[in-house]
Amino acid sequence: MNPGIDLQQRFTETLTSFNIPSGAAKAIWMPVPMLLMIFGATVGVLVSVWLERKISAAAQQRIGPEFIGPLGILAPVADGIKLIFKEDVVPANSDPWLFTLGPAIVVIPVFLSYLIVPFGENLLVSNVGIGIFLWISLSSIVPIGLLMSGYSSNNKYSLLGGLRAAAQSISYEIPLALAVLAIAMMSNSLSTVDIVEQQSGYGILGWNVWRQPIGLLLFWVSALAECERIPFDLPEAEEEIVAGYQTEYSGMKFALFYLGSYVNLVLSSLLVAVLYFGGWDFPIPIEQLAKLLHISPDNPILQVATASLGITMTLLKAYFFLFLAILMRWTVPRVRIDQLLDLGWKFLLPVGLVNLLVTAGLKLAFPFAFGG
Amino acid sequence: MNLGEGVQFVSFIVLAVMMIGAALGVVLFEKIVYSAFLLGAVFMSIAGLYVLQNADFVAAAQILIYVGAVNVLILFAIMLVNKKEDYVPVAGRWIRKAAAAFVSAGLFALLTTMLLRTDWKIDLSVPLPSLPIEVMGEHFFSDFLLPFELASVLLLMALIGAVVLARKETIMGEETAIVGETPAPVLELPERPREPVA
Repeated sequence: MNPGIDLQQRFTETLTSFNIPSGAAKAIWMPVPMLLMIFGATVGVLVSVWLERKISAAAQQRIGPEFIGPLGILAPVADGIKLIFKEDVVPANSDPWLFTLGPAIVVIPVFLSYLIVPFGENLLVSNVGIGIFLWISLSSIVPIGLLMSGYSSNNKYSLLGGLRAAAQSISYEIPLALAVLAIAMMSNSLSTVDIVEQQSGYGILGWNVWRQPIGLLLFWVSALAECERIPFDLPEAEEEIVAGYQTEYSGMKFALFYLGSYVNLVLSSLLVAVLYFGGWDFPIPIEQLAKLLHISPDNPILQVATASLGITMTLLKAYFFLFLAILMRWTVPRVRIDQLLDLGWKFLLPVGLVNLLVTAGLKLAFPFAFGG
Repeated sequence: MNLGEGVQFVSFIVLAVMMIGAALGVVLFEKIVYSAFLLGAVFMSIAGLYVLQNADFVAAAQILIYVGAVNVLILFAIMLVNKKEDYVPVAGRWIRKAAAAFVSAGLFALLTTMLLRTDWKIDLSVPLPSLPIEVMGEHFFSDFLLPFELASVLLLMALIGAVVLARKETIMGEETAIVGETPAPVLELPERPREPVA
C-alpha cells in the first residue's frame, strides 16, 4: 500500500525550508485541517439544504428555489444570512444560561466528530486509534444539549420534545453501536482508515456492504433516528408538539440547531460510505489498474489523481445516502412514539445482537473473507 | 518546556479547575437541574484528564457511559418528576448533618493519607502498548475475568429488576360498547392486579 499524499509532511517541510523551526511549523499546520474540515462541513450543509429543497420540490412536482442564484443555489446562503440578522429572542421566563448553552452543546460534538472522517489515506484530521468509537461516544453528548434546551425554554412542548429526543437517541445508540461493532470486529480495528483499508483492494466486490447487509440496514435506520429525520423526527413533530425543543428558539440559536441537524446528517451519510461502501475506494481497484499500465505508485500525477478521486468517491457515496434520506422524507409517514421505541428495542436490538453473533461465527469459519 | 508539554500543563490546570468548580456546583446549587447538568461537566473533565494520560479509550467510554447514559437518565428522571415540594424541617436534623460531616471528613482524611503515602514515581522503562484496547481486552478475558463477569451479572440483575418494577399489565379486549351508544369511554385500561412475588 503506498502512503499516498502526506500533506502535513510537505507543509512542514516547506515551512522549515523557510528557516521556521519544525515545532512552530507543526503548530502552524495544526489548525489548518481543522478549519478546513469545519469549512467543508459547513459547505456540505449548504449543499444538502439546497438539495433538500430541490429534491423535495421534485418529489412534489414543484420547481423549488429558482431565482436566488443559478438554480436557486444561493437559497441556503440567504437562509443563513436571514437567521444571522434575526433578533435573538430569549423568552422572559426561561433560564437564560441553559437556554444559550443548549444549542452549543448540541452542535459542538457533531463538528468534533468530523475529526475521524477520512477522505484518503492521510486526508483526515487525525487518525485516532479509537476512531469510530469516538463518534459514538461524542454523539451521546447531544441529548444533554437537547434536554437542556427543552427544559430551559419553560414550555411544555419544548420539554416534551427534549424528553422525546433523549429517549430516542438513547434507544437508537445501542443498535448503532452493535452495527459498528460488527464492522470493527471484521476490520480488527476501530480506526476509520483501517476500516477502509480492509475493504479496499478488490474494488466494489470488497466493500463491507456484501458482508454486512443487515448491519447496513441497522446502521442506516439508527443513524436516521439519531439525526431525527423523518420517519423518526418525533422530537420536532410539528403536528403534535409545535417544533419540540426548537419551539422557543429564533435567530442564531435556532440556526445552530438547524446547522447541527444537517451536519449530523452529512456526517452519518459519510460514515455509511466509510463503513459499508469502501470510503474513498474506487469501484475498480486503481492500484491493480496502475500496475497493469506500468505506472509506478510513486508517480505524482497518479497520486494527485487518486487523492482527488478518493475525495470525490467519498462525497458521491455520502451524497447518495443523503439523497435517499431526503427522498424518504417525502415517502414514509412519521412513526408514533411507541412504534419508534418498539422498533428500537424489540426489533433492531435483537437483530443487531444476532448480526454480531453471526459475524463472529463467520469470522471464525471463513477468516480469509471476514478478516480473521 | 516544549509546545506539547505546555499544552498539557495548561489543559491539566483548566480541567482540574473545571472539575472542582463543577463538583462544588453539584453539591451547592439549590436547583437540582443545575446539579445534574454540572455533574455532566464533572464527567467531561474527568474524561479530559483520561485523555491527558493517553487513555483515549477509557475517556471515550467515560463519555459514552457516564455523560451519554448515566447523566441523561438522571436528567430524564428529574424532568419527569418535576414536583415542587416544600421541605419540612425534620426534628433532629443535626444528627444527620453531623453524621454526614463525620463520614465526609473521614473519607477526606483517608484519601489525603493515601495521596501522601503513595509513591507517585512512574516506571518509564515499561514501554506503552501500541494498541491499549487489545491489552485491555486480553486482561478482561484472562486475569480480570471474574470482576468483569461479576459486573455484567450485576447489570443484568439491575435490568431485570427495572423490568419487574416498571411492568404494568393492562387487561385488553373487554370493550364491547359501540361508539355513539354509550357515554364516552374511560380513557384508561383496567390494570391487572399484581401477584406478589414469592
